[in-house]
Amino acid sequence: MDSQMDTAGKTKIESAYKKSLATERRRSIWNGVKRDRFLYLLALPGIVFFILFKYVPMWGIVISFQDYSPYQGMWASPWVGFEHYIRFFSNPDFLILFRNTMAINLLSLVFFFPLPILLSVMMNELRGNKFRKTIQSIVYLPHFLSWVIIVGITFLLLSTGEGIINQLLVAAGLNKIDFLTNSNYFWGLLTVQSIWKDAGWGTVLFLAAMAGIDPQLNEAAKIDGAGRFRQIWHITLPGIRSVVIILLILRIGHIMDVGFEQVFLMTNGAVSEVADVFDTYVYRLGIKQGQLSFSTAVGVFKSLVGLILVVGANKLAKKFGEDGVY
Amino acid sequence: MLQSKNDRLFNATNLFFLIVIGLVTLFPLYYVLVVSFSDPAEFIRNKATLFPKKWSLDSYRYLLSTDSFMRAMGNSAFLATVGTVLSLFVTSCLSYALSRRRLQGRRVMMLLILLTTLFNPGIIPPYLLIRDLNLINSIWSLILPALTSGWYVLLMKGFFDSIPTSLEEAARIDGCNDIGVWWRIILPLSLPSLAAFGLFYAVAYWNTFFTALLYINDFNKQPLQVLLQNMLIDSSTASGGTAAVEMTAEQQIPSETLKMAAVVIATVPILMVYPFLQKHFAKGAMVGSVKE
Repeated sequence: MDSQMDTAGKTKIESAYKKSLATERRRSIWNGVKRDRFLYLLALPGIVFFILFKYVPMWGIVISFQDYSPYQGMWASPWVGFEHYIRFFSNPDFLILFRNTMAINLLSLVFFFPLPILLSVMMNELRGNKFRKTIQSIVYLPHFLSWVIIVGITFLLLSTGEGIINQLLVAAGLNKIDFLTNSNYFWGLLTVQSIWKDAGWGTVLFLAAMAGIDPQLNEAAKIDGAGRFRQIWHITLPGIRSVVIILLILRIGHIMDVGFEQVFLMTNGAVSEVADVFDTYVYRLGIKQGQLSFSTAVGVFKSLVGLILVVGANKLAKKFGEDGVY
Repeated sequence: MLQSKNDRLFNATNLFFLIVIGLVTLFPLYYVLVVSFSDPAEFIRNKATLFPKKWSLDSYRYLLSTDSFMRAMGNSAFLATVGTVLSLFVTSCLSYALSRRRLQGRRVMMLLILLTTLFNPGIIPPYLLIRDLNLINSIWSLILPALTSGWYVLLMKGFFDSIPTSLEEAARIDGCNDIGVWWRIILPLSLPSLAAFGLFYAVAYWNTFFTALLYINDFNKQPLQVLLQNMLIDSSTASGGTAAVEMTAEQQIPSETLKMAAVVIATVPILMVYPFLQKHFAKGAMVGSVKE
């Protein structure tokens, strides 16, 4: 009897204790919220922004599983499951889009990606040189121009009519080259444009990382008889290793992304076969032709692959002992 | 210590290649300037010259007297100034709140913000949202969805983390609340960082093209980049229709010089803020590079 009462009493006390702990905790949370009410007030506009413009559109993904009709809305449109996804994968367009996206991105990975590293090593070797500031200002500049302007300049330089390059070719007794309307040149042209626009800007981070390298390392290497190339190889490049890896991860994560504006503006009828990428396809079918559900499915597919790639690449980086992005 | 022969050779070669890179970068811009200042008739006759034989301000004079061009400039100026101020406000408020370790729910909020940088729902769902909010053809459709981004918030929070808390405590003793601390202590201390972020926001707003293509159909509300697209790229096709046709029909100015004058005018605002902010680039570069 006694022991039974005991245990009953114990559990009673315990549950009362737990309850008071819970109220205590609730009260302390509430106190914290009250104490920090001004902080929450500061955070409010940003939180509203993220909910409205980031999370509400995520909810909009449901229309890729529907036959969405603007008149019925998201709540009343009929459900069709994965029909749009299946239709997209069995569509011959899918392979073309995939090929173009991969081609443009692999070219950028091979030709664009190493350039800022090379360029920043070269600029870093201008230590204490007044010329360095000037060259920095020059190579950063194109990054700030819009794609509309850059494509406009491309036309000015390369068109077969007034383009200065073609006029120089003619003056040299050569044939004109139809850079803009020959699909053989399209991917290369995009790569060159990206290099002109962003290779210089890409050095900012590397230069910042290089500025953090202890100059004593270079002094010591010099005393040991290392030339400039050996110093670059054994000191400068290892010093930016983690930045390179982080940027590589991000780059790989975005391998499904091709800058929409650049491709959209450069496209013309003659090159559409090599120019169509996921984003331009979504724009054309979704916005122009009103196939909202189908093009949402295309967009979701693209984003999902991107998500898997970023997370995967990040994991891989951590395995190699780097910090990763997250 | 004397420079060795190898060192001098290395430096000279390096300098040489960098000068070549600089010239290659500058050439297209230089040529744009030359064309824009060329006499229109002279340009038609001689086409490509590296130095204008006959200078002329006709193209500029004409553009600056065109209603559609000036209206588009005005729209973009509004977009860039109002957008930048609002963006800096929203980003710095939220980042500051998240940088205070005592804030409850901070981890959850940061996780949810991080998720938005990993996954985006594409083009169509945001389009439907803007339509449902009745923002189509409103300049706010170009500002509100671009107010901030997960990257910017997380990066600015990182910056605020590095400000010592003793400053905040001192201000509290003097009677500041959190908003006061943010406004009177934190923001003045972060001016260099705000300048860098401000430049990136301003350039992004000034260069807004894609969202304007999606959300703005009204010709009078178009920002500069859409008008430029009509002028520079779409003018030959039937769909262009609007600005370029209107312009060339009104007056017989050959399009190439006019186009390049428009490019120059559209670039000037960026060039004007650029020298003042260049030294802060590195701070903001984390943002620029990861956002690509």
